[in-house]
Amino acid sequence: MPETLMAALDELDEAYQRYATTPEFQQELAALHRFYTGRPTPLYYAERFSRELSKGQVYFKREDLTHTGAHKINNALGQILLAKRMGKRRIIAETGAGQHGVATATVAAKFGLECVVYMGEVDMARQALNVFRMKLLGTQVRPVTSGSRTLKDATNEAIRDWVTNVDDTHYLIGSVVGPHPYPKIVRDFQTVIGQETKAQLAELTGRLPTYVVACVGGGSNAMGIFTPFIPEPGVKLVGVEAAGNGLETAEHAAALAKGKPGVLHGAKSYLLSDPDGQILEASSISAGLDYPGVGPEHSFLKDSGRVEYQTVDDQEALAAFTYLTQTEGIIPALESAHAVAAGIRLARKLKPDEIMVINLSGRGDKDIPTVAKAMGVEL
Amino acid sequence: MNGVALRFQELQKTGRKAFIPYIVGGDPDLPSLPRVLATLVENGADLIEIGVPFSDPLADGPVIQAASVRARQAGCTLTKLLATIKPVAVRLPVPLILMVYYNQLYLRGTPRFLEEVKAAGVSGLIIPDLPPEAAVELQELAAKLGIALNFLVAPTSKEARIKMAAAASTGFLYTVSVKGVTGTRTSLPPELPAFVRRVKDISPRPVAVGFGIATPEQARKVATLADGVIVGSALVQAITEDPELKKMALLARALREAI
Ligand SMILES: Cc1ncc(COP(=O)(O)O)c(C=O)c1O
Repeated sequence: MPETLMAALDELDEAYQRYATTPEFQQELAALHRFYTGRPTPLYYAERFSRELSKGQVYFKREDLTHTGAHKINNALGQILLAKRMGKRRIIAETGAGQHGVATATVAAKFGLECVVYMGEVDMARQALNVFRMKLLGTQVRPVTSGSRTLKDATNEAIRDWVTNVDDTHYLIGSVVGPHPYPKIVRDFQTVIGQETKAQLAELTGRLPTYVVACVGGGSNAMGIFTPFIPEPGVKLVGVEAAGNGLETAEHAAALAKGKPGVLHGAKSYLLSDPDGQILEASSISAGLDYPGVGPEHSFLKDSGRVEYQTVDDQEALAAFTYLTQTEGIIPALESAHAVAAGIRLARKLKPDEIMVINLSGRGDKDIPTVAKAMGVEL
Repeated sequence: MNGVALRFQELQKTGRKAFIPYIVGGDPDLPSLPRVLATLVENGADLIEIGVPFSDPLADGPVIQAASVRARQAGCTLTKLLATIKPVAVRLPVPLILMVYYNQLYLRGTPRFLEEVKAAGVSGLIIPDLPPEAAVELQELAAKLGIALNFLVAPTSKEARIKMAAAASTGFLYTVSVKGVTGTRTSLPPELPAFVRRVKDISPRPVAVGFGIATPEQARKVATLADGVIVGSALVQAITEDPELKKMALLARALREAI
């Protein structure tokens, strides 16, 4: 990280330790989650999906039903409460799918803070609906034209803005990436997903799941649902990266499967880069998974073997998207469709008394134009 | 003593302030690099910084970003850049410093990177995204090979961090003049004199100021405060506007005279 930001990162670390653990902060966040976000989100038993594919039971954690339509709101609310306590008046963020941008624009509107969101031009085109949503919310969306014009480049631009405006600006990072303390802060704010899941499943079935499955872009929804299950040795955790056009091509976003250790955006983790250290452009049909790095804690969990990482390519994700839509009447985000696809594969392995939970990190409304295009349908 | 520290010592003896131009290696292409370096030396450079083109230069503004893209499109890689520098470095009377983003060094492996850089005749490194506390192994190895490390301090750095960066720097302490990325500014921040004085008071190392300095007038002002003046984007822009290098030579000459 540039030296200019080191003081701001220390300040954030201190503020997080000072405020986030206090009952007052926790109560404010819990109340917002209940009345604004719509938490707890349901843990939904997918009867038809289970019956058609499996001997066991498949549940979906319905982050798609949150206000703004994805898990990103959990982190955005937590961080904006911190930003307010730090006296910041301006919020910046990067976004890929636009879900984190929308979540940030939403909380900025609610708390009356100025908001600027950086978004790659490629992503602006494929997530045009979310761009307009952010504008409606009063946020300025700045197109990023450098590099691959996707999430990585939007992150570069957000960091450049932060270096310039660090005194009054909070950088609201959207995933468990970036420099310390961000991966920890974002994970903590997302852990509500896993805590609820564990409690809900205990109440519904009295048991722990055999599998917990989540997609991994930067890895925040996955860390959120995995974290409370990490100490449970019987629970298999499966993270799903985007294989784009295929792992054998250069067009994928599978940092854990195909990357090497490297350093990007202030974090050391698996990374897609060439032998000269140039960062490679990631590729996926899903803008939210289109990032050449991955959160450092996922790198650790891969190396320790606690989490198994799989990949799902564009075609398989699209098939899962359609399948879930037509068996359960739930249209998932393309990001989440990667987790659904891995869940479809794993479902066959479930024994009658076994349970799988798939994190449905977001809803698919934003992706309808992309899916139509992939199907050759003109809207 | 490493080449960078030695050069500052020589300059201090004669009371001269260092003029440190920055250019992007391989922009517009690698064959022009020897000519760019020679022209800078002819026009009074005391040390030269060569930026290694990178896919994600997050400390850089639009001018250097664009130069980085051009250089990579023209085929500049770290290996080719070092191969181009090597025959030139031995003949140049000024130390060369590579400005390189950390992933480029990390992927090479620190020991191998340092060996290659040393073999190419490079005297020092600037790594704009690596704070000193994350550079322990690098400090040890660079000291052994006599490669100068030049860490950065910024207007946001507290005293403890300035001390740490100064202690870790074996060449000069790179003092970032502004909160922001590289690129020309129409005026220097009003707090700059006080900030540079604060850094000078703390740092036992020579202090060179960079980011945002573009005109001879700005350079003159900074030279009264610091031991060296670093100018990047303005020179990079001049190379782009005139590949014959006349513009860059004129600007370098004017900067030299102001410093
Ligand atoms: C619905 C949804 N799921 C997943 C992601 C990927 O992010 P992460 O891996 O941090 O959960 C995104 C990112 O935009 C998203 O919008």
